[in-house]
Amino acid sequence: MSRAAILAGVRQALGRDGPLEGEALAALDRRLAQPRPNLVPTRGRVPLEDRVALFARLAGEVGATTERLAATDVPMAIARYLAQQNLPAAAAIAPDPALDALPWSTAPMLALKRGPTQGDNLVGVSRAFAAVAETGTLVMLSGPDSPTTLNFLSETHVVVLPVARLAGTYEEVWARLRAERDAIPRTVNLITGPSRTADIEQTIQRGAHGPRWLHILLVDDEG
Amino acid sequence: MKSTAHDFPANAAAAIADPALQKALGRLKGHFIDKRAAARAKLPEFDALRDQAKAIKDHTLAHLDAYLERFEARVVAAGGQVHWCADGAEARATVLEICRRAGARTVTKGKTMIAEEIGLNPFLEANGIEPVETDLGEYIIQLAKEPPSHIIAPAVHKNKEQISDLFVDHHHGGDRSRRLQGIPELVTEAREVLRRRFLAADVGITGANLLIAETGQTVIVTNEGNGDLTQTLPGVHVVLASLEKVVPTLEDATTILRVLARSATGQEFSTYTTFSAGPRRAGDHDGPAAFHVVLLDNGRTTLLGNEMRDILRCIRCGACLNHCPVYGTIGGHAYGWVYPGPMGSVLSPALIGLDEAHHLPNASTFCGRCEEVCPMRIPLPRLLRHWREREFAAAKAPAAARWGLGAWAFLAARPRAYRLVARLVARTLALLGGRRGRLAALPFGAGWTATRDMPAPEGATFHAQWAAGRRR
Ligand code: SF4
Repeated sequence: MSRAAILAGVRQALGRDGPLEGEALAALDRRLAQPRPNLVPTRGRVPLEDRVALFARLAGEVGATTERLAATDVPMAIARYLAQQNLPAAAAIAPDPALDALPWSTAPMLALKRGPTQGDNLVGVSRAFAAVAETGTLVMLSGPDSPTTLNFLSETHVVVLPVARLAGTYEEVWARLRAERDAIPRTVNLITGPSRTADIEQTIQRGAHGPRWLHILLVDDEG
Repeated sequence: MKSTAHDFPANAAAAIADPALQKALGRLKGHFIDKRAAARAKLPEFDALRDQAKAIKDHTLAHLDAYLERFEARVVAAGGQVHWCADGAEARATVLEICRRAGARTVTKGKTMIAEEIGLNPFLEANGIEPVETDLGEYIIQLAKEPPSHIIAPAVHKNKEQISDLFVDHHHGGDRSRRLQGIPELVTEAREVLRRRFLAADVGITGANLLIAETGQTVIVTNEGNGDLTQTLPGVHVVLASLEKVVPTLEDATTILRVLARSATGQEFSTYTTFSAGPRRAGDHDGPAAFHVVLLDNGRTTLLGNEMRDILRCIRCGACLNHCPVYGTIGGHAYGWVYPGPMGSVLSPALIGLDEAHHLPNASTFCGRCEEVCPMRIPLPRLLRHWREREFAAAKAPAAARWGLGAWAFLAARPRAYRLVARLVARTLALLGGRRGRLAALPFGAGWTATRDMPAPEGATFHAQWAAGRRR
């Protein structure tokens, strides 16, 4: 392996004899240990209601749909959405305690399979860690309560987003991630709209490899 | 990929004479140029973000060894491995070794220009491992056995009839009765075929748009979700990245991501931006059991130490290609190697040698639009001039061009005079280049007009594009 040779080459190119030392190194490590925001666009730095409106508009512009509701209405809202889309009332759902706590008995027609998917479920339901109003983007973290396959193998992805977790900017989400998690998860997925491609004649077509449909439930009283 | 960069003049002439290619190139404006302009207009901070993105990358490059060491430490802490590779041969051997240890027969691939750079696919095939491209554009050109013609839209040169033909041959054994007509049907068929490949793959290989020193994360940006299926389903995830992809923190990555998609496709943000660190954790339901980062030098340290360092800020957004009148006239294949357009004309001579690529620094009208739109503020025209100087020193240019550059060197040593004359010289060279290109094109005029109602001045000649660019 060329590790030593490459590092020596880099140092030589930078006009240095050896590794970075002293104050220069300390400054670099401080920069990593206490990350600071750079310029943050004003667009997302707005009060909650404006954030909700901005998020819904931008997610809508890229082909996602949104609705806002109380947590207790989530099961029926999912059943209604699937019926509207002419889909069977069945889904794979993330084994997330916050989702388990929803009143599923209000929608007895829904057949839910708790866990990841191997691609044999038309619909996947998961809960977002956070979202970013600035670009209409969902933030999903992989983990025992959130299988990554639900984000990509389902044809239709339904995501529960607690409104309290709708940030204005990415910087707020990173701060929250550092505060709430001891370790970085294997995967952080930023999702902005359903899957699409423009690889044939630059014509935008949805559902390239990931979900064709993305429906986001903005839930008011769950944090 | 074997270079044909030395044949640039002939390649370019052939490209200008190819009506299907010319029609495809005509679509660049609506899809890329107008959308970028609209995205920029919607974000008042866009240009200030570009300044910061440049500063972040300059800072990182000036401390590259330390940031790479820290990145490596975080990857290892998360349970992954980093393999430092000096050149393409070492990187190919490393990937093969990882595949062999996994007992791999098929490998799915997300879009990675590094894999093209090191010629990974033919190498894997020669060693009995089947690579399957999963980005739709990459998949199409893999079926066609062609290299990409654009760094973010690899099949931009293909039309849907050509793609229908490829699909019928490869998916239905040439049974013409099953030939699809519409773009939605083609996309759906590719989705179904590739879904099976995703589920059966043993190893997934992706590139990386960024590496983050703070967290040890690698970052990919896609719209299709193919990169995510590539790296989530198989047991092993291999990331191919060159040294200069590292940035310090999540915040720094964010600044660059804010200008990347807007510059590339005019999207506010790409559909899927994915940060990956190490293999799956205890309790995870999915994700790979092993995580490898292949960190490639292949000439980057040399660039870091010379006057070309600025090109290492490149984030491969493709804006310089989309706005280049030369690229817009000849497309990507004419450049003859992996990286086309202005960024390619700067990078290729460093990676495959000036001997092979000596035409490329001349494939420019010096209109300056590439530098104007580059989110990382890379002075592409200045870097191209460096190569021209070197080419001159190596006496590769014909006598007349050498004389012209000799005069330029004389002026360059006298800054006052230079400023006065530079504009005029550049203009004259551009005009000469433009006129020659046009003459070469004329004998093929019939092919050109066959696909158009009338000859559109826009995109028709270097000269016209040059003039249009200047007015803006
Ligand atoms: S040189 Fe600049 S414009 Fe061109 S691909 Fe790189 S970052 Fe984009």
